[in-house]
Amino acid sequence: MREKAKILDPEAINRAMMRIAHEILEKNKGTESLCIIGIRNRGAYLAQRLAERIKKIDAADVPVGVLDITLYRDDLTLIASQPVVHKTEINFDISDKNLILVDDVLYSGRTIRAALDALVDFGRPKSIQLAVLIDRGHRELPIRADYVGKNIPTAQTETVEVRLHECDDKDEVVIIEK
Amino acid sequence: MQILIKGGRVVDPANNIDGIFDILVENSKIAKVAKNIKDEAKLVIDAADKIVLPGLVDMHVHLREPGREDKETVESGTMAAARGGVTTLLAMPNTFPAIDSAENVSLLKEIIKNSAKVNVLICGAISRQRLGKELTDIAGLRSAGVVVISDDGSSVDDQALLLEALKKANQEDVLVSSHCEDKSLSGNGVVNRGFNATRLGLRGISKESEYLRVERDIELAEKSGTRMHIAHVSCSESVEIIAKAKKKGVKVTSEAAPHHFALNEEAVLGYDTNMKMNPPLRSKQDVEAIKKGLKSGVIDAIASDHAPHTENEKDIEFDRAEFGVIGLETELSVAITELVEKDVLDWKKLVEKMSYNPAKILGIAKGALGVGSDADIVIIDPSKEWLVKKEDFLSKSKNSAFIGKKLKGVVEYTFCSGKIIYKAKE
Amino acid sequence: MNWNKKDLLGLEELSKEELEHILATAESFKEVSTREIKKVPALRGKTVVNLFYEPSTRTRVSFEVAAKRLSADVINIATETSSVKKGETLIDTGRNIQALKADIIVMRHNYSGAAVMLARHVDISVVNAGDGWHEHPTQALLDIFTLKEKLGRIEGLQVAIVGDIAHSRVARSNIWGLTKLGAEVTVCAPKILIPPGIEEMGAKVSLNINEALKNADAVNVLRMQFERDELNAFPKQLEYFKEFGITKERLKEAKKGIVVMHPGPINRGVEMSSEVADGANSVILEQVTNGIAVRMAVLFLVAQARDINANTH
Repeated sequence: MREKAKILDPEAINRAMMRIAHEILEKNKGTESLCIIGIRNRGAYLAQRLAERIKKIDAADVPVGVLDITLYRDDLTLIASQPVVHKTEINFDISDKNLILVDDVLYSGRTIRAALDALVDFGRPKSIQLAVLIDRGHRELPIRADYVGKNIPTAQTETVEVRLHECDDKDEVVIIEK
Repeated sequence: MQILIKGGRVVDPANNIDGIFDILVENSKIAKVAKNIKDEAKLVIDAADKIVLPGLVDMHVHLREPGREDKETVESGTMAAARGGVTTLLAMPNTFPAIDSAENVSLLKEIIKNSAKVNVLICGAISRQRLGKELTDIAGLRSAGVVVISDDGSSVDDQALLLEALKKANQEDVLVSSHCEDKSLSGNGVVNRGFNATRLGLRGISKESEYLRVERDIELAEKSGTRMHIAHVSCSESVEIIAKAKKKGVKVTSEAAPHHFALNEEAVLGYDTNMKMNPPLRSKQDVEAIKKGLKSGVIDAIASDHAPHTENEKDIEFDRAEFGVIGLETELSVAITELVEKDVLDWKKLVEKMSYNPAKILGIAKGALGVGSDADIVIIDPSKEWLVKKEDFLSKSKNSAFIGKKLKGVVEYTFCSGKIIYKAKE
Repeated sequence: MNWNKKDLLGLEELSKEELEHILATAESFKEVSTREIKKVPALRGKTVVNLFYEPSTRTRVSFEVAAKRLSADVINIATETSSVKKGETLIDTGRNIQALKADIIVMRHNYSGAAVMLARHVDISVVNAGDGWHEHPTQALLDIFTLKEKLGRIEGLQVAIVGDIAHSRVARSNIWGLTKLGAEVTVCAPKILIPPGIEEMGAKVSLNINEALKNADAVNVLRMQFERDELNAFPKQLEYFKEFGITKERLKEAKKGIVVMHPGPINRGVEMSSEVADGANSVILEQVTNGIAVRMAVLFLVAQARDINANTH
C-alpha cells in the first residue's frame, strides 16, 4: 500500500465545500424546506460542515441528520471485517423536504442505493439531491451526484481516502495504490 | 500347542516376580517361567521391551445380555474385554430379565458357553427384579454358579432386607457387592453437587448420598460378619470410612473405576453425556483421595464399571441421557497413564489392583503367572501411546469418556487359557 | 471489535468486550423501533425458527418482533415437552430445520445444556432463549442494557437478585454478565433456594432482603414458581412475600432511585407489591422494549458472523 498522490489539501477541501454550499442554495432557492443528511462516518462530518457554510451565507439553520446504512447494505457478507452498527440520528421529519444527502466518496453507487432505501423508511421527501466531495467513477448502479467537490479518474485497484480533522486529525484527500 | 513368550518383563505379584523372564505355555496352562527357556515352541513371541502381566480381572462389567443386546452382548463385551487385556470379568445382574433366579443364571451360562471369549463370572441379584423388596434364593443362586450378589445400579434401601441378605450370603460364602447410593438424597441428580452443577444448571448428586450408604452397608456387614465389597468408590469420605473399617478388621474390600481417578467434574462442562455416570465425576480433591486410597491399599481393586449405552440413549439432552460409560478397552491404559506414569502405583501394585486382588476377592484361581496357572496372559507395550477413537471400539456401544484422549500403554496380545484371543494390529 | 460467534449460548462464555459490543449494537437498534416504519432490511431473505419446547409467550414474541424488524422470515415451532420422549430427538429436529435452509434457531428448552448440544450438531446459528436452569443470555442482556440506560454505567454498581436463584437461568446469566462488566452482585433468597457454590460464580449471598437492598443500586426480582416440587417445603406464598417481597416500605429503606427490574410475568403480591411494580422505580416495561433491541442485535450479530465465516472458509 502506497500513497500515490494527494488530491486535495485543507484549502481545496474548504473551497469545494463552500462552492457546494453556494450551489445548493442556488438550486433550492434558499434554505426553506431544506435539510441535510450525512452518511456515517465522514459524510456526517461533511454534512455538518455544509450546514455551517450555508449558515454563513444565508444566516439560516438547516436541520442536519446522520444516517447509518449498515443495515441496508447488500454487501455485508462480502467485506472482511464486520461493519459496526451505529445509530441513525434524524430528529426531524423529512417528508416534503428537499433533502441533501452527503457522502465523502461516490464510487459504485451501492452506499447511495442503501441510503435511498433507508431514507424511504423515514418519510417521503420532496426531492433527494446527492452531494459528494469526491466522485471517482466506476458506477455499478444508475446513480449520479448533483454536487461534486472534485471528479477524480481512478483505477479500480486504487482507493480514495478522505481524511477529515473531525476523525483523522487532518484534512486531505489521497489516492492509495494497493 | 506350545507358546514361548521370550524376554518380556514379567510382573506377577502373586509370585513376587518382577523381572525379565521367558514364559512357556503348554495347552491352557503356564508350564515354565524362567530365564532363557530353550524349549521348542510352535509359536515364539518376542516380548523384549514389553511387559507381561497376568490377564486382568474386572469385577464390575455390564454385558447387557440378556435383554439389551442392542447395547452389548456377551460376545461383543468379551471381545472388548480381550482388547483391553481383561481375561476374567464379573457380569452384573441388571439385565432383562435380571439374574435373580437359578433359571436365569442357567440362561446366562448358556449364552456365555456359546459366545464368551473370556472367562465370565456371574453376579446374581440380591432382590427379585432388583426391586429391593423380596430376597432372591441366594443358596439357589450359589449352587447355580453365582459367586457374588448385588443389586448393582441400585442400593438396597431396606436395611432389614439387606441384613438378611448378608446373613444368607455369609452362610453361602457369597460376596456381596454394594452400589452405595441413597436415592432419597441423590434424587434426580445428574452431576456432582457443587459449583459445577450450579453453573451448568444441573441437579447435583451429593457425596452424602454415597458415603452415608457406605457407612450403613459396612455397619451391616460388620454386624453380620459377612464379606462386603464396595463398588465404584468416588469420594474422599467413602475412602475414609472404608479405611477406618479396614483398620477395625471389618471384612470389606473396595474398587474404583478408572474415570473416577482420571477425570474430575470439570469434564462435564460442555454437557458431554459421555461424562455422565453414576456415581458422577467428583471434585479434584476426591480424585486425589481415590488415588491416595489406591496407593495406600484402602481401595483394593480397579474395575471398569463398563456400562454400554447406544448413541440414541446418549446423544440426547444431558438430563435424559443414560448414566454410564464403557471402560473395558481403556481401563488398563488409563491406569498406566494416570497411575503408573504419575508414580501413584508401580507396576506390581497396578497388577495387584487389576488382576491379583480382584481374583482374591472373588475367590478364584486367577491373577497369577505361576507354573500350573491358567495361561491368561497380557503382553503390553508400555511406552507406546495411542489415540482413543470411537470407531476402534469393539464394544457395541461407543460411550467412552476417553474418546480423543491420548493414552499410554497398548495391549499387544491377550491370551485366555493359552489361546490368543486378541492381537493388536501391526 | 469483531464478533465471530455463530451462536449465543450463554454469557459465561463471552468476554467483557463481546458483552459491550452486543450492548453497543443494541443501542443502535433501539432507534429502529422508534421509527414510523420499524423495519430494516438487514436480515432480508433469512429465516429464523423459534423452536420452543417450553411455553413462553413473552420471549417468543420478543424474538419474533426482533426478527421481523430485521426483515427476517419467522417460523414458530412449539413442541409439547411431554411429547419429547416419544418424538424425534433434538438433534434430528435441529438437522431437519437446517435442511429447511433456515439460518437461525432460537431455542427455549426445559433441559439445561440443550442449546449447547444443538449448536454442536448444526452449522446454522443457535440462539439460546433459555435452557433449563442454565442460562437465558438475552434476558440478562436486556436487564443489563436497561440498567445501563437508567444509571449510565454497569461498572461499580451493586445489584441484588432476589428470588429462586437455584432454579433460575436468569439469575445465572445476570451474575456472569454483570460481574464481567464490573458490577457487584448479591443474590438473596431463602436458604433452600441458594444453589451450592454460587459464590464461586462471583456473587455474594444474603438471606435477608433488607440487608440485600441496603446498598443496592438496582434489584432484579425473579419470578417465584411455587408449583415446583422443590418448593413444596417452602411456606405459603404470603409468607414468602412477607419475608422477601419487594414493598414500598422496604424500598424506602433502600437507596433513593433504586432501579426495580423483573423478567416477567409478575406475580403481584408474591414477589413484589403492585405499588412497586407500577411505581416510579420500576423499569419493567422498559425492559420489554429493550428486549427487542437486544434481540435484534443478537440475531444480526450471529447471522453476520455465520455469513462471514462461510465466506472466509
